[in-house]
Amino acid sequence: MTDERPLIELERKIAGGDFQSAGDVSSELKRILQQVGFPPPFSRRVVIAAYEAEMNVVIHAWRGIFRAWIFPNRVHIEVDDEGPGIPDLELAFQEGYSTAPPHIREMGFGAGYGLSNMKKCSDRLEIDTRVGEGTKVIMDFFLNPS
Amino acid sequence: MQPLEATVLAPGNMEEEIQGGYCGDLLSDCIANAVEGSVWVTVQSHPNVIAVATLVGIPCVVVVNNYEVDEETLARARNEGITVLRTPLSAFEAVSRLAALGVPGKKRRG
Repeated sequence: MTDERPLIELERKIAGGDFQSAGDVSSELKRILQQVGFPPPFSRRVVIAAYEAEMNVVIHAWRGIFRAWIFPNRVHIEVDDEGPGIPDLELAFQEGYSTAPPHIREMGFGAGYGLSNMKKCSDRLEIDTRVGEGTKVIMDFFLNPS
Repeated sequence: MQPLEATVLAPGNMEEEIQGGYCGDLLSDCIANAVEGSVWVTVQSHPNVIAVATLVGIPCVVVVNNYEVDEETLARARNEGITVLRTPLSAFEAVSRLAALGVPGKKRRG
């Protein structure tokens, strides 16, 4: 990390179980990225990963904080939640594996593609999780990945 | 919307041209694979459908099998200028009629 200053910093609370507002933070981020003028394919992959991270908090956690730092050439996102944590990360990364309950799956959530979508869309993904405490997701997106 | 025998629940910006179509009920699947400017055919009708449509850039959502659509979903759709149609047709039938109108199936990457 350099000491460059971000153009915009965004910090929003996410409420666990609040499916009505779910996706609002990612929508706000999308508008900001469009206003900054990032190319649509770049904004798109940031927003997909942000949406999956946001939804994971809504589906699985009690509450969380979404933070984004938007720089001219990159975006850094941290999503920190208080929740059950992920007991087996390797399993959680498997496409189609999910611990979401049936009523959530019926809504089309929790299909087990969240983490793999985040991995595909980001240039760097780090997950720090403690069972019974919570999970922190850190993602970086570079406009020109080297 | 005659070809789809649909009711317009939220008018949206109807002048926006539909460039393709996507069909699916898993939100992670739609957000990863649907292409901007597409019509989205789905059984889902809760408010998060509009969040996904907004994020992807989907101008029109077709809810099939006459599933009930929440008022909150429609309020959000109106806010975002997204058209919401409800049809008694099945997803398969709705997609075949859209295809007959010349709407191509579109998918991200390869």
